[in-house]
Amino acid sequence: MAAVVLSEAEKLYIVHGVQEDLRVDGRGCEDYRCAEVETDVVSNTSGSARVKLGETDILVGIKAEMGTPKLEKPDEGYLEFFVDCSSNSPELEGRGGEELGTDIANTLYRVFSCENSVDLKSLCINPKEHCWVLYVDVLLLECGGNIFDAISIAVKAALFNTRIPKVRVLEDEEGTKEIELSDDPYDCIRLNIDEVPCVVTLSKIGYRHVVDATLQEEACSLASLLISVTSKGAITSMKKVGKGSLDPESIFEMMETGQRVGKSLHIALQKILDEEENLGTSRPKVGFLG
Amino acid sequence: MAAVTMRLPAARAPLDSSTPRGGEKHLVAPGDTITTDTGYMRGHGTYVEDDKLIASVAGVVERVNKLVCVRALKGRYNGEIGDIVVGRITEVQQKRWKVETNSRLDSVLLLSSINLPGGELRRKSAEDELAMRDYLQEGDLISWHRQAEVQSIFSDGAVSLHTRSLKYGKLAQGVLVQVSPSLVKRQKTHFHDLPCGASVILGNNGFIWIYPTPEQKDDEAGGYTANLEPVPLSDREVISRLRNCIMALVTHKIMLFDTSILYCYEASLPHQIKDILKPEVTEEIVLEAQQRLLDSEG
Repeated sequence: MAAVVLSEAEKLYIVHGVQEDLRVDGRGCEDYRCAEVETDVVSNTSGSARVKLGETDILVGIKAEMGTPKLEKPDEGYLEFFVDCSSNSPELEGRGGEELGTDIANTLYRVFSCENSVDLKSLCINPKEHCWVLYVDVLLLECGGNIFDAISIAVKAALFNTRIPKVRVLEDEEGTKEIELSDDPYDCIRLNIDEVPCVVTLSKIGYRHVVDATLQEEACSLASLLISVTSKGAITSMKKVGKGSLDPESIFEMMETGQRVGKSLHIALQKILDEEENLGTSRPKVGFLG
Repeated sequence: MAAVTMRLPAARAPLDSSTPRGGEKHLVAPGDTITTDTGYMRGHGTYVEDDKLIASVAGVVERVNKLVCVRALKGRYNGEIGDIVVGRITEVQQKRWKVETNSRLDSVLLLSSINLPGGELRRKSAEDELAMRDYLQEGDLISWHRQAEVQSIFSDGAVSLHTRSLKYGKLAQGVLVQVSPSLVKRQKTHFHDLPCGASVILGNNGFIWIYPTPEQKDDEAGGYTANLEPVPLSDREVISRLRNCIMALVTHKIMLFDTSILYCYEASLPHQIKDILKPEVTEEIVLEAQQRLLDSEG
């Protein structure tokens, strides 16, 4: 991750601030920066979303394509994640960003590995033969700290925005199956995102932990916990990152904080997605030129 | 209680400044024709093509008699001699340090240019060379001012720095804000002790350092022993508020100097510190600060 270098005195200032629940930008330990969410920003995708969380800028595009189901799950579709961080900084160009990209992609696979997160059976067209594969492409446009949370919010928003065309399977006399796409472009199926989890990263700074760390705060934290939480507060996966160690007591505390914060995150996100949906076509599209 | 706010993006409308200050500014983009009059000399940011003077950067056209140049709105720091800058040590080399100052090249700080702890002034010996990391390490922040360049060594244009006075030196606890160098107004002094309870160093290179005002002006410290005691909560609130106000002014491209920062701080007092960065609150306090600045100008 592109990290900033800080002097010892600056790090000390940040650590003491966190102990007193007053971070450098005035937030408390459990406050998020103001986030901007917009869906349907890329026109030739099935669904897309852009999330700006402080300095962090993420773009997610989802394309639905037809493929063959996996052997062990013949009546389900699946998701494929690909993360690109090359536009972030010179050191992440080419091969450099690959390590970070695969790391993020593996985390996303883990977060979505829970069976209920996305209704994969609805993505099946013909068991064992055809199914919808959702290719989720994540673009890290700018890294300002806390990229995992921003990515998971963007993926959830993009899944909400995804429209998969309805298909009918026709069987003729010889038994060969033909797939017919509906003529109406608005005739499509939407995904149910109620169970899609969001990632909450809790960084341990000093004796306390903070949510939504900036780059400077990440430089002061030795260990972090990534928790994926659903809207009902159920934890679907957990991962510890960083070279420092975490006390089991503090892990429990961080999990509780993660659940609380995760639920608020889902409520806020659902509210904004519904608001955007209700505006319909009258919504002023900002995109990348705002 | 966790606070999570999300919003839909809104295209940012420029602040309505109904009274043009000092006449209309001639803004150009790269490729715009400035003038077709051939009597002008071309300065920085312009080039001549087909007898027309064309801008090569986006900025404001400045004319001094026959010289026309374009001052870019956003760019790396191009220093003048005598500027105050805040920088971060990136490398420790033989007899000198490399410092990052948001300019095209890293600046150079020679071992012979610094004051040793305790205020000693003596020739630096071989032991001092080996102990360079004890004074300044990678990651440390320092404030100093620019000296004339030594022509033979720095013919590549790198900037030479100079921290002779005890007022400059290593910075201790505080917050660094990085802004574009074009937003920092040139003033007589760049070290300000604001009445709200914190102090600010407005580096000409766009690095702004906000720190708690030291109680007594400690001249013997020499600037290398950092005060590592926790900063009290009241000072922290002032510093966080100042940091958010500076970010608000930067978002709306207002020039940064002690009065503008102070007016913005006073306008932000009714709001909570973390709310200052919300777009609607930012706009409100910046408009109020701008209005006060216009009123005070006359």
